[in-house]
Amino acid sequence: MSRVFVSADMASVALGADRVAQAFADAGCQVVRTGSRGLFAIEPLVEVETDEGRIGYGPVGPEDVGAVLDGSSKARLGIVDDLPFFVTQQRFTFSRCGVIDPLDLADYAAHGGWQGLDAARAMTPQAVVDAVKASGLRGRGGAGFPTGIKWQTVFDAAGPTKYIVCNADEGDSGTFADRMLMEGDPFCLIEGMAIAGHAVGAAHGYVYIRSEYPYAVRTMQAAIALCSPRLAPFTIEVRVGAGAYVCGEETALLDSIEGKRGQVRAKPPLPALQGLFGRPTVINNVLSLAAVPFILAEGAEAYGAVGFGRSRGTIPVQLAGNVRNGGLYEIGFGLTLGELVHDIGGGTASGRPVRAVQVGGPLGAYIPPSQFDLPFDYEAFAAAGALIGHAGITVFDDTADMARMARFAMEFCAAESCGKCTPCRIGSTRGIEVMDRIIAARDEAAAMPAPTGGYLDAALYSRSPQRIDHGAAAQTELLRDLCDTMKFGSLCALGGFTPFPVLSALDHFPEDFGAVAPSPQAAE
Amino acid sequence: MSENKRSADAGAYVDQWVKTHGATRDRLLPLLHALQEEFGFVSDGVVPLIAERLNISRADVHGVVTFYPDFRRHPGGRHKVQICRAESCQARGSDAIEALLAEGLKVRLGETRGDGAVSLETVYCLGLCAIGPNALVDGEPVARIDEGGVARIVAQVSA
Repeated sequence: MSRVFVSADMASVALGADRVAQAFADAGCQVVRTGSRGLFAIEPLVEVETDEGRIGYGPVGPEDVGAVLDGSSKARLGIVDDLPFFVTQQRFTFSRCGVIDPLDLADYAAHGGWQGLDAARAMTPQAVVDAVKASGLRGRGGAGFPTGIKWQTVFDAAGPTKYIVCNADEGDSGTFADRMLMEGDPFCLIEGMAIAGHAVGAAHGYVYIRSEYPYAVRTMQAAIALCSPRLAPFTIEVRVGAGAYVCGEETALLDSIEGKRGQVRAKPPLPALQGLFGRPTVINNVLSLAAVPFILAEGAEAYGAVGFGRSRGTIPVQLAGNVRNGGLYEIGFGLTLGELVHDIGGGTASGRPVRAVQVGGPLGAYIPPSQFDLPFDYEAFAAAGALIGHAGITVFDDTADMARMARFAMEFCAAESCGKCTPCRIGSTRGIEVMDRIIAARDEAAAMPAPTGGYLDAALYSRSPQRIDHGAAAQTELLRDLCDTMKFGSLCALGGFTPFPVLSALDHFPEDFGAVAPSPQAAE
Repeated sequence: MSENKRSADAGAYVDQWVKTHGATRDRLLPLLHALQEEFGFVSDGVVPLIAERLNISRADVHGVVTFYPDFRRHPGGRHKVQICRAESCQARGSDAIEALLAEGLKVRLGETRGDGAVSLETVYCLGLCAIGPNALVDGEPVARIDEGGVARIVAQVSA
């Protein structure tokens, strides 16, 4: 009886992995459902266990069972670990993802699981905090704040009750590492949370998962139930979001767990001092917490040895959008954007030239190919007016209309704003109007869409239309002014970072905004 | 089922739920999720009871129900199609697919069809960003939706 491995990751299932798995089971195989390896061009992927290793076939359908089992299938890829996409990676956090059965405790332990927790519990809490500091780990949620410093703050805070909160609600488009890890190696995240609990003196943790990830919710709930004896006395509870993007902002997330509207809190006080239910709280992203078991098991030096400048360790880069080899690629910091998009991603899926990439989700900047020598590093990105965010890279080909994308950024902000601060709540709607006028002026259509008298139009165009200069130049100036207000006046990153995609699109692609494109010389 | 009967059922459900899971305020979201799972929506009629059981104001409960896009105050369609319109799906042509779906299902984005057969909702990112355009059809993920994919979705919800 052959033993075969088929991913049960939501992406694999969307491509038909369930039907493939069923077909192999019907053929008498022992089917192990794993997480995804992370290369979607070869999904659904089937791996057959042999003496030489796990031989991959992909993409395959249910009709290919016979050919895969007798080895004649044209979809044969060879040993999966040796494929170029995988062999060049440095998988610290995702070493088990796609390899093991995510809910098999024995499999987890056999692949190095719990070594980090055992090591941590043999150390004093302060020594654990010091190890995380020494590793150079920085928050993978986007801000890049040193994780060890955050833990130290909570460790030093007085009080008998503290909490660990895992932010699994960072639903940036173009990112899926959190989801893949929770579905493919949930014990790794749980272990990281337990280590954090030991380090700062917290007995209870929450994982707040977005409802758009139903598979991750199910897997995490099952995994927590399975390993609770191993975690004791630390306990973990899953909380499910309800479709509000802004709850990925840490203070909004805390309010949501408390049973309130997910509105952003003013800082200070920092959540580390007065967080969940007013108690000192470690709130970390999935990838930050999931990096911790490796640091404790292998040592802070081993983690900090890779990386670039002040960005230490590995980053799971996610190649998304219009890209040929889309997927998850974990590597030390420092690769250039061009290497990631062209050498690893293989360029666009459509075969057309790359026009722009958006790095870091809906609040990240659009970067043109002329800046593809930018190294993947927090400081280098900040200096270029961009952010790494969640390390998702969304690729667009030359059919993309960058003014439309700028409008979408404003539209998204308007849809998702929590409403607490004015620059975000009102500014985003004003931004949509300005973008509409710029696009209309560009298209030389009517000076502006005529108000039709509907409720929305009345609200949108409440100011007398005749008083407004609808030319692209005047409106672009207005757009910059508005972005300035949003950037510096908003309470959190939703309103504060929406100017990144808008202004980067404007700066790099002025021709889409009805302005004259800068000559190549002028851009130098 | 009459409205009154439904409200009474929901009330009994809330009473039972708080007995098992607790009646602190932080239980509000889990309770609303459970109610919606059971009844398909959170009716306005059950709001006062929830407020009383959790010892918070009706305004608090109403505020939470209306803040989160997942919670519905009215019944949705028998089938639910959630199409992603975030950037990564847009980069793969989701705009056109969105329009085709609306046309094929004969319902506008964000609305439920008159006969109650299907709701077409938007979602911002399912985390399947390299294989878009994506959708959830009655909770099941569907990827790389093209014209043929739209036709399959339409056939599925019409069956």
